[in-house]
Amino acid sequence: MKFGVVIFPGSNCDYDTFYVLKSILKQDTTFLWHKEHDLKNVDCVILPGGFSYGDYLRSGAIAKFSPLMQEVKGFALNGGLVLGICNGFQVLMELGLLPGAMLRNKNLKFLCQFVHIRLENDQIPFTNSGKKGQVLKIPIAHFDGNYCASPETIQKIEKNNQIIFRYSDVKGQYSEEANVNGSMESIAGISNETGNVMGMMPHPERASEALLGSEDGKIIFQSIINRVR
Amino acid sequence: MIDKKLLDEHNLTMEEYEKIVELIGKEPNITELGIFSLMWSEHCSYKSSKVHLKKLPASGKNVIQGPGENAGIIDIGDSLAVVFKIESHNHPSFIEPYQGAATGIGGILRDIFTMGARPIALLDTLRFGPLSKPKNKAIMDGVVSGIAGYGNAMGVPTVGGDVYFNDCYSLNPLVNVFCLGIVEKERIFYARAEGKGNPVLYVGSKTGRDGIHGATMASAEFNQDLEQKRPNVQVGDPFKEKLLLEACLEVMEKDLIVGIQDMGAAGLTCSTSEMAANSGTGIEIDLDLVPQREEGMTPYEIMLSESQERMLIVAKKEKVEEVQKIFAKWDLDAIIIGHVDEGGRLKVKAGGGIVVDLPVDAIINLCPVYKRELKEPAYIKQETQLDSIPIPENFNQTLLKLLSSPTIANKEWVYRQYDHMVRINTAFLPGADASLLKIKNTKKALAITLDGNSLYSYLDPRIGGKIAVAEACRNLACVGARPIGVTNCLNFGNPEKPEIMWQFAEAIDGIAQACRIFEIPVTGGNVSFYNDTEGVSIFPTPVLGVVGMVDDVAKAVSPGFKVDEDTVVLLGENREELGASEYLKCLFALEKGTPPQIDLEEEKRVHEVCIAAASQGILQSAHDVSEGGLAVCLAESSFLSEEKIGLNVDLQDEMRTDMLLFGETQSRIVVTVKSHDLQRLIELARKKKVKATPIGSTCGKRIIISHNNQRIVDLTVEEAYRAWKDAIPEIFNIK
Repeated sequence: MKFGVVIFPGSNCDYDTFYVLKSILKQDTTFLWHKEHDLKNVDCVILPGGFSYGDYLRSGAIAKFSPLMQEVKGFALNGGLVLGICNGFQVLMELGLLPGAMLRNKNLKFLCQFVHIRLENDQIPFTNSGKKGQVLKIPIAHFDGNYCASPETIQKIEKNNQIIFRYSDVKGQYSEEANVNGSMESIAGISNETGNVMGMMPHPERASEALLGSEDGKIIFQSIINRVR
Repeated sequence: MIDKKLLDEHNLTMEEYEKIVELIGKEPNITELGIFSLMWSEHCSYKSSKVHLKKLPASGKNVIQGPGENAGIIDIGDSLAVVFKIESHNHPSFIEPYQGAATGIGGILRDIFTMGARPIALLDTLRFGPLSKPKNKAIMDGVVSGIAGYGNAMGVPTVGGDVYFNDCYSLNPLVNVFCLGIVEKERIFYARAEGKGNPVLYVGSKTGRDGIHGATMASAEFNQDLEQKRPNVQVGDPFKEKLLLEACLEVMEKDLIVGIQDMGAAGLTCSTSEMAANSGTGIEIDLDLVPQREEGMTPYEIMLSESQERMLIVAKKEKVEEVQKIFAKWDLDAIIIGHVDEGGRLKVKAGGGIVVDLPVDAIINLCPVYKRELKEPAYIKQETQLDSIPIPENFNQTLLKLLSSPTIANKEWVYRQYDHMVRINTAFLPGADASLLKIKNTKKALAITLDGNSLYSYLDPRIGGKIAVAEACRNLACVGARPIGVTNCLNFGNPEKPEIMWQFAEAIDGIAQACRIFEIPVTGGNVSFYNDTEGVSIFPTPVLGVVGMVDDVAKAVSPGFKVDEDTVVLLGENREELGASEYLKCLFALEKGTPPQIDLEEEKRVHEVCIAAASQGILQSAHDVSEGGLAVCLAESSFLSEEKIGLNVDLQDEMRTDMLLFGETQSRIVVTVKSHDLQRLIELARKKKVKATPIGSTCGKRIIISHNNQRIVDLTVEEAYRAWKDAIPEIFNIK
């Protein structure tokens, strides 16, 4: 099992993700540089959070043109595992690997806080060690996390079980209050049709040590490790 | 021709001008005059504060770098050191709140990574006018967004700080930004220009006309032409700074450079002359080579520009190509604009001719130092009779009112706009007594806090200074940390007024005395004078940033009650004090009285008990008594944990109930222990001659406080929590 963590200029959760994979989960992990075409034979590519290329334009809009992303696109279309966290999720939507787009949070402010998300589909490689209906405590940190898509798309991803996480309260109930950023259908994470590409706004790498308040994020990384091993 | 008008425009006096002529042996040209106006400004030269700052203790066995560099450095063991500093960005933040605050963050970050350290934490002290005025809301909203916009994009967590409100900040808000970085001891860099012939490289953003005279602006009072000052405020580009950070740290790691200095206030002028002066060398640069964003910039404009996200590097001659390659990797220019020279002169060429030729010593070291006149302000002597203050009939309502006062209320509305978790070290979320950051690959953690109650400082600057230090150290003690170093940001009015200078001198004396007793070195800081608008000065506001160390992060203590049936213990004594309290301000609109007195030795012993109890693992929670007094402290302790546990306490002291509940007597900490650990705590306290009084227990979902067996407060925890939590979001009408 080998993980690759992409570094765009402006990425800032690259080292955090690397640290969790390498030092906590003891996985073979390498960085992938945005200017290169080499995926270094990794089994799973992670696009970390941050502000790729400053995100002065739409979040993720420039990152999709980087040389490495052309390779990641091919890798994903061939069934390779690709996880986008926060800004990485935004990049995956810009690349067309995941449907939908992000609006500004409903309160028009950046939001950094722990949230609860309910696992809706435990059948994909990123969630197989979790249980459907399980509630995870994982932090968010974003300005544009208000998920938006056409009614047809929402219907389609719902039908295909592509909605992987929804914001909920601690008991797993949906509510306007729990849906902190105003996402349609309380969507916090989705996958592509084949389940090998997933994007999520919450940061699992920030919830991988008990000392920091939660270890629930490990479920996602552990699922990938289980799947590939 | 240099005349009085031109000197006024450059904030230089005739005497200062004459001294310049004497020092440099000629009449300066306009560019040279501009250079002196910046470097001899109060902001850069500390000419009014120097004589007083000397009184602060700056040494200690773990001090690697004291005052005088970009930031102070303290050894923390494990071959690591912490680099930290606080800076003000008050004036720019009033003129243009978003960019003013954002570039403040940019500047303090550069101060830290210039020294080779990776910034891991930001904190800010913010002071605004009351939120009942729309303008103050707009300023606060802009400042918070600006800090978030810059800090979040940089990937440096903003982990704490404080926010106070007072009318004295309506026309002069304070934005003090603190940054801490971590560096390997063997890889610290300084602003040095050594080695004749070594190339001087300009890296980062291009130079524009922005921010010309920013440092001079920060050294004068404001008046009604503020709108015209807008072009003096720089515009930040955090993306560029993030690239600069990564590129600089990479270059430093590979040992390719001799010295490095950021171009902050006073830009190219300050960085060139400081680097040369620090090394006893000279620097020669050619302005035609400086990357420029605008056309037709004069040498004066280029030398004085405060464009952001720029650094000056002196590289090792043989490594310069490698340096340039690393910057190219991060899509940044690294242009050779000159070289290190001997002879101690700053020589600047432009258009083929010499436009500046000055001795660096005169620019940096020979600025006049002023021992300004001191005079105790008349208001200090005014007696205030507090006996006529009526005792409230309903203490529940009074407590709720205090909990919802913006100064005391929950600041989540502010800190959830900041990414406070990136870099995954944040062990305590904002809102605890101190921020707590674990140090990776060790068991240790750093605790950081910023403090400064300006009403105390206004009513008695010496006591205000002492309490600022004491409260910061008390906050650290509450999490179980011992203090290791201090930085301070001294915000005052116009130092040319003797009353202001008196406030300054008194505050420094108080800070110095407290730092000596707590045995903590002051490794640097910042003085911000001229915080006056239209002749009105702010309250003197010394802000202390104190860094502490916890040896075992697993033993750190958080403020909230943990379970039912723990014993609540008050460390320290209740005294009959009510002056300068949030209670008087909030309920009676009185900003008067004698601030709480403080015995620093007693204070220190209270800290020692708390730290010892924490390290023995017997504290379930610890929270310091500060604004709002004991009642607010108890209420906060109940809802600062996720479980939200109530309490039932009885206070047996003979004094007015409002004094007991809301007086702000110092040197008090409320802790909880398991009942079987109570004796151990009492024993620890007895040895240190600290009073430890069991006052009740944690239980249920109500906050119940009695005074001499008579129930005076009885509220649900939820009611108290909502008052505290919803106050600021309701003011902004944004949840």
